[in-house]
Amino acid sequence: MSTSVSPVSAPRATRLGALWNSAVGKKALMAVTGIVLFLFVLVHMIGNLQVFQGAAKINHYAELLRISPPFLWFTRIVLLVAVFVHALAGIELWMERQRARPVGYQDYRPVVSSTASRTMIWSGLLILLFVVYHLLDLTIGVVNPRFEHGQVYANLVASLSRAVGAAIYLVAMIGLGFHLWHGLYSMFQSLGLSNRGISPTIQKFAIGFAVLLTLGFSAVPLAVILGLVG
Amino acid sequence: MRITLDIWRQKNPRDPGRFERFEVPNVNEHMSFLEMLDVLNQQLVSEGKEPVAFDSDCREGICGMCGFLINGEAHGPLRNATVCQTHMRHFKDGDVLRLEPWRASAFPVLRDLIVDRSALDRIIAAGGYTSTRAGSAAEANQILIPKPSADKAMEAAACIGCGACVASCPNAAAALFTGAKIAHLGHLPQGQPERMGRAIAMTSQAHAEGFGHCTTIGECEAVCPAGIKLEVISRMNKDFIKATLGGYANEVQTLAALPPSAAMRFFEAEPPKKEP
Amino acid sequence: MPLDAHIPSGPIEQKWQKQKFDLKLVNPANKRKYRVIVVGTGLAGGAAAASLGELGYEVLNFCFQDTPRRAHSIAAQGGINAAKSYQNDGDSVQRLFYDTIKGGDFRAREANVYRLAEVSANIIDQCVAQGVPFAREYGGALANRSFGGALVSRTFYARGQTGQQLLLGAYQALQRQVAAGTVKQFVRTEMMELIVVDGRARGIVVRDLVTGKISSYVADAVVLATGGYGNVFYLSTNAKGSNATAIWRAHRKGAFFANPCYTQIHPTCIPKSGEYQSKLTLMSESLRNDGRVWVPKAAGDKRPPNEIPESDRDYYLERIYPTYGNLAPRDISSRQAKNVCDQGRGVGPGGLGVYLDFRDAFKRLGRKVMDERYGNLFEMYERITGEDPHDVPMRIYPAVHYTMGGLWVDYNLMSNLPGLFVGGEANFSDHGANRLGASALMQGLADGYFVLPYTVGDYLARGGFAKMDTSHPAVKDAEREVNERTKRLMSIGGKKSADQLHRELGEIMWNDCGMARTKESLTHALSVIPELRERFYKELRVTGSGAELNQQLEQAGRVADFFELAELLCYDALQRNESCGGHFRVEYQTSDGEAQRNDDEYAYVAAWEFKGVGTTPVLNKEPLVFENIHLAQRSYK
Repeated sequence: MSTSVSPVSAPRATRLGALWNSAVGKKALMAVTGIVLFLFVLVHMIGNLQVFQGAAKINHYAELLRISPPFLWFTRIVLLVAVFVHALAGIELWMERQRARPVGYQDYRPVVSSTASRTMIWSGLLILLFVVYHLLDLTIGVVNPRFEHGQVYANLVASLSRAVGAAIYLVAMIGLGFHLWHGLYSMFQSLGLSNRGISPTIQKFAIGFAVLLTLGFSAVPLAVILGLVG
Repeated sequence: MRITLDIWRQKNPRDPGRFERFEVPNVNEHMSFLEMLDVLNQQLVSEGKEPVAFDSDCREGICGMCGFLINGEAHGPLRNATVCQTHMRHFKDGDVLRLEPWRASAFPVLRDLIVDRSALDRIIAAGGYTSTRAGSAAEANQILIPKPSADKAMEAAACIGCGACVASCPNAAAALFTGAKIAHLGHLPQGQPERMGRAIAMTSQAHAEGFGHCTTIGECEAVCPAGIKLEVISRMNKDFIKATLGGYANEVQTLAALPPSAAMRFFEAEPPKKEP
Repeated sequence: MPLDAHIPSGPIEQKWQKQKFDLKLVNPANKRKYRVIVVGTGLAGGAAAASLGELGYEVLNFCFQDTPRRAHSIAAQGGINAAKSYQNDGDSVQRLFYDTIKGGDFRAREANVYRLAEVSANIIDQCVAQGVPFAREYGGALANRSFGGALVSRTFYARGQTGQQLLLGAYQALQRQVAAGTVKQFVRTEMMELIVVDGRARGIVVRDLVTGKISSYVADAVVLATGGYGNVFYLSTNAKGSNATAIWRAHRKGAFFANPCYTQIHPTCIPKSGEYQSKLTLMSESLRNDGRVWVPKAAGDKRPPNEIPESDRDYYLERIYPTYGNLAPRDISSRQAKNVCDQGRGVGPGGLGVYLDFRDAFKRLGRKVMDERYGNLFEMYERITGEDPHDVPMRIYPAVHYTMGGLWVDYNLMSNLPGLFVGGEANFSDHGANRLGASALMQGLADGYFVLPYTVGDYLARGGFAKMDTSHPAVKDAEREVNERTKRLMSIGGKKSADQLHRELGEIMWNDCGMARTKESLTHALSVIPELRERFYKELRVTGSGAELNQQLEQAGRVADFFELAELLCYDALQRNESCGGHFRVEYQTSDGEAQRNDDEYAYVAAWEFKGVGTTPVLNKEPLVFENIHLAQRSYK
């Protein structure tokens, strides 16, 4: 029985690097980027709802967003970095998880955890795929049946009036709801901001926003399908 | 009552293992779960068969040595209790129960339901202490500690180190265990001088041992026999982030030496046979 | 041969100071060249290993559990005594010393007990600095509670988990040394034999419980802190794994075993519920503050407790001891419970139980207050028995809890074998014939933090021992003995598990050498134990092999040693023709049934010398001299 020498201490790293090198730090970065992405989807949803005020209104809103190219690109880069960090950290941690329990249980019964909390990687990947599709559909337009630059309203009606288009959208929004339901609660914990006193409030806040965003986003395809918008 | 058991059998860390079915015909409802296993083992010994190996010591829920999954739940269906505190009255005649060891790469199975939890000791060794030389302590009442802080420290310190949090976590994270020690010492003035370094050292050790990360799903809190709250993980995260952004990461000392894990001793004693 | 305890001269208050000055020191630069083996990781062992490592010695630390934090010190509930006198209620080192000697029924060594009281205050300082979360008052100062056998409030506590918290403090200190490389930790490793060379303890033979490998470690000194032997009774409040193998092996190698008959029976345990019972659970003594103990007046009264009217109840403790009532000391309460059960008035299955009733307290204080005080205990009781103490009285019965006897040690905690030190419950030193509540934790930590680090150093500094390694013939001999013993146990091929035979031994011990002992019962035990031991070596079956993780083999080895120890316990109880503390001989009692000491003839420590299995051991005596305390009969009436 020999005594083993541990290779444990972290290699010299910058502060941000040290954060990235650790599981706790990665989670913190996921929380920060999660906040950015949450704020984005919130604003996005509010923007979307202008559909109900008619084509002119939303087309004008879309133009407004593009009024300053530097701002547009700044936003895009921030979002891109956020998505990249969020997704990469999530995927890396998920792979670590596979290493942490290589042999699974024959029988495992969750006692309290929600399905949403145990499927973050899947809801996350679903959203990621959707974002790609969504950009191809409504930003670049290559998968849109009748794409025309600047004609946001028409493009959107064209895409969502197809059953497949609406279905993809709705499924993705349910995924988003699931992701936010746990993500909005979990990020407080990841940043060390929760305790038993405020936890229930955070949980309510998370569920509230998850439902709000899911309904808010889903309203558009539903309205298109039901012929309220078109 | 009659109980049917599907128990994980594994001769040693290398054996792939399998489930084996046993019948225990005369179970008394006042027996503890482990006493029921004693009865089974006695029966097996008298038949010349290998009894089921499981860890236990105090058998009153404080030492933290016992633990396995009963039908997919760490420490079984009773909340705030270890398996040794779970009595057979919580089961019914004819029940079929599956007993499975804690599973995590950091907890290699040594035999049947026994796992090697020395990784948890190494997390403590990394920084779960105050550096207090015997004899150097100040008068105990010199530093007054507000009762709420002392109570919170006690609550976190109640962890029995059984590993159920790891077992119940889909990521096999040791966050509740590590967080409990960090919160215990962090709530006390005596824990302050080493607080930043401790957060980094202990979490890095947990990472190096192969435990996964926390996703705040709350299973650990639910099965914890000592009632440790999820908020200890939040405290751990906060201390860690503060320490890392404060630039402490490069100042944490390396552990000089660690005890060899029990499973390692097995592999050292029996190196894998080379194919001819 | 009278034994010399090497007590320093001078007035009792100055003995330890004087001794500390007289102890030789090891050159700091040389400390790492000395190797010390510490067996056990409880309060005494963990604290000793951590402290010796901190001083710079090379420490090898062993435990049979999977981590040092499992040691049974962890289960202590109540608290730890210390003469801090924070309550301004008249406490002092002198008073703690006196209470401990009196509580021990005047059968402890004065000088050791005084030192214990003296260092008690340092223990609290040390533990607070380690981050032990003791209970506090709203002002932030440490809180105290009262405990049996004392009229001052000097017990420090951390919820009902004081032992756990103190052990975790020691464990953390130990892990710190492990990380620093001064302590090498060997978990799941059991001591099987002591290696003695030229009359000195020089190492141990161990079995790796994972691989079954037998190997040896040599050292310059060996510290045993392996706990008590209460499991010789099979059922006790000890952990399932608690065993006497380490001290018994040392005894067989020449270390004297002192006062084995002093065993403490705790009055408030949950009664046994059936044959399968593997251990007994203690309910904190604090329950007796508000609970009233009673049995039906008439023998064989089978009515449910709530249907028995006041007039048909016998609150026997209140009746016999009007002053102390339900708070009479442990040994006395236990004995009276046995008496009423012997009269056929016991309650519950088998008539082995008495009621501990909270009905009146609920009426007086209300459910809320009661739950604040005892909620966790009520819950614990309900979890085990399925009965709610809010509705029906608890049933309690005495159970073996602690053993005051152990290996004989001198003032330096060194046994008669040079180089073999013994700490904590494993030694006999500080509690005399009965231990007071909250004193076990105090003794364990005193030995580990504040005595052994000094005295072990003195032994090492005095030197005089040759260098040796594991190729020494004595090492090979010891290993051979271990292998032979294993082979013997493996090859019996009977039908019974060690557990089953252990249970039979426990029954003999409980019936013949339990709460009340007589010459006849002890003689009977001494005739049947060897028979059962013979049967053990015929009927035992150990499955599997010795070269793997084999719990049956572990147990068989421990039980085999209990069989030998049981006999010694009875010899000791038989020679002590008096009653004192945990040793009650029915023949020696006062007219009102209290223990009657015989100070003229029995004021000595009985230190037994091993002469072979089945051979009568030889009794050595260390006379107890009381210079500071006047011997008196204990009275709690």
